[in-house]
Amino acid sequence: MIAILRAGLQSSVQDCGRFGYRRLGVTTAGALDVASMRLAQLLVGNDEGAAGIELGGGRFVFQAKSERLFAWSGGEYRVTIGGEDIPSLHTAKISPGETVELQAVQPSRTWFALSGEIDVPEVMGSRSTDVRAGFGGANGRFLRDGDELPLGAETPFGQSLRRNLASRRSSWSAPRFPVRKERLRVVAGKDWNDERGAELQRAPFQVALNSDRMGLRLEGTAMATSAVEQISEPVAPGTIQVPRDGLPIVLLADAQTIGGYPRLAHVVTVDLADAAQLQPRDQVRFVCVSLEEARGWLAQRERDIALFRTGLQTRFGFS
Amino acid sequence: MTRGVGGGEISFEPLGDSAVLLRFSGNSPEIRWQKAIAACEALNSAGIAEVQEAVPAYETAAVFLRPPAEEMEERLRSALKNFRRRRKNSRRVEIPVCYDDEFALDRARVEEATNLSIAEIIDRLTKTVFTVACLGFMPGFPYLRCLRPELGVARLSTPRTKVPAGSVAIAGGQAGIYPFESPGGWNVLGRTPLCLFDPQRELPALLAPGDRVRFRAITRADFEKAR
Repeated sequence: MIAILRAGLQSSVQDCGRFGYRRLGVTTAGALDVASMRLAQLLVGNDEGAAGIELGGGRFVFQAKSERLFAWSGGEYRVTIGGEDIPSLHTAKISPGETVELQAVQPSRTWFALSGEIDVPEVMGSRSTDVRAGFGGANGRFLRDGDELPLGAETPFGQSLRRNLASRRSSWSAPRFPVRKERLRVVAGKDWNDERGAELQRAPFQVALNSDRMGLRLEGTAMATSAVEQISEPVAPGTIQVPRDGLPIVLLADAQTIGGYPRLAHVVTVDLADAAQLQPRDQVRFVCVSLEEARGWLAQRERDIALFRTGLQTRFGFS
Repeated sequence: MTRGVGGGEISFEPLGDSAVLLRFSGNSPEIRWQKAIAACEALNSAGIAEVQEAVPAYETAAVFLRPPAEEMEERLRSALKNFRRRRKNSRRVEIPVCYDDEFALDRARVEEATNLSIAEIIDRLTKTVFTVACLGFMPGFPYLRCLRPELGVARLSTPRTKVPAGSVAIAGGQAGIYPFESPGGWNVLGRTPLCLFDPQRELPALLAPGDRVRFRAITRADFEKAR
């Protein structure tokens, strides 16, 4: 069990997402940077799809009641266990009663995992929090000071990692996927044309204050847009819609499942991790790429994660 | 009469790099919609490992792919070779609705826009057999088609920040029911005591695309009893 002393900003229990229910209008939810969550989970011996915590910013402080493995990834944070600095993408060890602190150095999001995973009940096949609809995760809401979360049993692989930990943190580490949030790569959407595409890529937009896990609302030069709303079609995380006011919205994991606004483009899946780090007032520009390139990067990302997983498991006797 | 899927009946376009959008041909929105529903039913039960889920909307269906997403058109066409436009018997669902003044938040607006009294509006709603076109906006929120043309009203120009859970509303030629308290821009005329979405239920959503829905007017007393 962990006791949360300080819950930071917009922190929530998330796994890779809730799949198979978009046709019921249920959003995928899940960690906004799925790769970071998966790597953190592997580093503590859990399945990639296990549940951890997404932290939206600020300061998060907790104590574990038993000895646990810990790993974090993403964002610019200072993370300490018992006052000792812990770098991201490494396996680390927490002793019972020790205080773990994650402090945002720059406004950013981060993801962390504990061995045994956050063992809240699964709802519709996932432990992700659906904040909009108010279910899943820890009672369907953001975490609060004073919350306590159950942890499951450490896996045999987690135990093997622990045995091989010579000190507070591991000599091994997971690959770092650099985040370049000043630009988001996109593929053309149904309502793309040369003129609109040029408009989208011409100048940077600014992230508006009312951006959140549902989407990045952007400010800047309004784009020309048709006044007619179209028949609603399914959308995806990453879809860029242009509503009547001409200011694009980048849909994220908590967005609605269908929409009637023109869809100009889609952020490539590997760049959703970059979108996850965009903060209000950040500038972002869009760059159009081909579908082949986008799929290529996604395939490479999957290979990199798989390679890390098999490498770690082989090294510590689990292949 | 049933129809299979010929070469030109479905077009495929990317929906970003991890999903594909299927667009259906057909002489009417109803026909295109039936194909979208049928295609999703086929793909969701076809056991294709790369397919995470097929999601229908009015005339299109999105197929979400597990990473890494590859070119799937051939495989999807093959899986859809034998699907027929939806001919299954639809489920019929009756939704009790209370049109008490306290619940009919937009009664005056709709009366004015349609030039009908609330009694006439309720009468028309009660006589309509709606079809659930799709679910979206919120978990379990049904987009109900077949609202009579004389009940066509525009959305509110400024959406409400809080529409009470269970609210039955109309806009743009459709009806809908808000499963949760949420922001909303449709014209609220009544409220149902039924729970449209419960994540703990075996079938979390009360309604599914293709269901035929009727509204049955109930009294305030019956509404309170049913809650």
